[in-house]
Amino acid sequence: MTTAQPVSHQPTAHTTAHRTTSALLYLSGVTVSFDGFKALNNLSLLIEPGEMRAIIGPNGAGKTTMMDVITGKTRPDEGQVVFDGQADLTKLDEAHIATLGIGRKFQKPTVFESHTVRDNLLLALAGMRSWYKLLGAAPTKAENDRLAEILSIIRMEAQQHMLGARLSHGQKQWLEIGMLLAQNPKLMLVDEPVAGMTDVETETTAQVLREVNKSHSVVVVEHDMSFVRALGVKVTVLHEGSMLAEGSLDQVSADPRVVEVYLGR
Amino acid sequence: MMTRFLWTGMGRNLRLFVLLVLAVGIVVPALNLLMPKTSPFYVPAYALQLIGKYLCYASLALAVDLVWGFCGILTLGHAAFFALGGYCMGMYLMRQIGARGVYGNPILPDFMVFLNYPELPWFWHGFNHFWFAAPMVVIVPGVLALALGWFAFRSRVTGVYLSIITQAMTFALLLAFFRNDMGFGGNNGMTDFKDILGYSVQADTTRAVLCFASALALAIFLIISGAIIGSRFGTALIAVRDAESRMRFLGYRAETYKLFVFVLSAAMAGIAGALYVPQVGIINPSEFAPGNSIEAVLWVAVGGRGTLIGPVIGAFIVNFAKTYLTGALPEVWLFALGALFIVVTLFLPKGIVGLWAQIRARNLAKKATAA
Repeated sequence: MTTAQPVSHQPTAHTTAHRTTSALLYLSGVTVSFDGFKALNNLSLLIEPGEMRAIIGPNGAGKTTMMDVITGKTRPDEGQVVFDGQADLTKLDEAHIATLGIGRKFQKPTVFESHTVRDNLLLALAGMRSWYKLLGAAPTKAENDRLAEILSIIRMEAQQHMLGARLSHGQKQWLEIGMLLAQNPKLMLVDEPVAGMTDVETETTAQVLREVNKSHSVVVVEHDMSFVRALGVKVTVLHEGSMLAEGSLDQVSADPRVVEVYLGR
Repeated sequence: MMTRFLWTGMGRNLRLFVLLVLAVGIVVPALNLLMPKTSPFYVPAYALQLIGKYLCYASLALAVDLVWGFCGILTLGHAAFFALGGYCMGMYLMRQIGARGVYGNPILPDFMVFLNYPELPWFWHGFNHFWFAAPMVVIVPGVLALALGWFAFRSRVTGVYLSIITQAMTFALLLAFFRNDMGFGGNNGMTDFKDILGYSVQADTTRAVLCFASALALAIFLIISGAIIGSRFGTALIAVRDAESRMRFLGYRAETYKLFVFVLSAAMAGIAGALYVPQVGIINPSEFAPGNSIEAVLWVAVGGRGTLIGPVIGAFIVNFAKTYLTGALPEVWLFALGALFIVVTLFLPKGIVGLWAQIRARNLAKKATAA
């Protein structure tokens, strides 16, 4: 048995509640322990609507666990996680959280290999998630238009009928970004988007994310400092499951505690 | 919506194949009934029964493929659903015997008289009516699949663990149905059937109709499966098979997709079992044997996992080989089965249908280079 259990099946149930915070994402006192090891230790974090935030930290700082908590993959032992001022994410499962408007891009691109590029995007497209409706539904005109739009943004019109398995690594990355656009989440969680990329590709990805940030809030987890600098956004440094410092990259890199964590004593 | 649902998924090949299945279901019984016994086109009764049996196996294979090939659930217990459907039909047929049994009891089947049952157990009531037994054929396997799937998929049990659970389920049922006090005839099961819907099960016309009904059921299952796989539900289902957690993060409730297909597949297996029992004339606990479920998986592997036509072809080829070899060279059959498994795993990862597609692709490539 895993800890994750579906709890609620009504995505609309939480939209009527009063807002408790103006923040888009609000984490307070979140603690997660695995067999006594505290992966997250009393972590608090605020993401404002429209914000882009970079999260950095050494290995084992709890970056991925934090993503898992936000997307419902891991249940915190303590603490509050509130999305959009209303939804308590600690009580919802992954599918529900996704339909509320949180999208996640994994470090390793995962596209559906036995489906075409077009079907991959269709699956990601916001809206239709009910299994019985999908049995009889054809893509609507609006859906087809949106697909065409996304295919042109990610420049994959020519490959739209190619199977996911036959795409190159770079094409898969682009398709994933297209899938995130199709999902159109309020908040995008992006895990190490430039791992294994060249400097030029890294710079392009930073541009793409800044572009995406115009209409979506974004949280980027990254190791690559030059990439974080290129993003030019507020930085949160995690260490041993807690927040160590927050501010511009220059501010946090001047912080002696951050230097100590990164360089060792 | 319904016509769209039923037609979009069906490719040209599948439509032709459905017609072929229906043609077999009409021509074979017709040749048995209409041709004089001396004619070279006459289909003897045993061959008619054999084809009918293979058609039921093909439906079981299709049911297995629907969950294994398209949903990634390697079920090693699907013969249990087949057998449960068969037992429901068996109970109906037992009640039809009435006072014609050896002991002449109008209510109690022979084995109950023999085991000194004072009265009919509660769960036998209603099975004297076809209208009651027929839905039970779907409901009993369906509810079991729903319960098993609900807990397993909700708790995210996957892969080998799920396979072992399905195998344990069929083994548990095997042991339970062996017990005399379960009320299902114990070790001997149920046999000596007389009538179905008022017609003698031994009569040629009844056998012919049963064979046709088996073909019709298979054709309907093919159409339904084709429609599901071809729909957006099917696209989502295959995506769940390939990357389940990714689908969850896209907002799909993966367990619901799996549960629907698992229950549907169990219902299909139940109907196949119910059509099988009057044709072979017996149902006993050996139908729950774990080996039966594994053989069904083998039919799918041989024919082509993840295709709709493959399991039908696989079921026919393997069972034809089994019928032939167990008759001609009984000691060779198990070795042949083992060898077949090795050959398919090593050389035909996509089964016979996959091989055909490979050859066609190669020919096309040749033509392209020649031109």
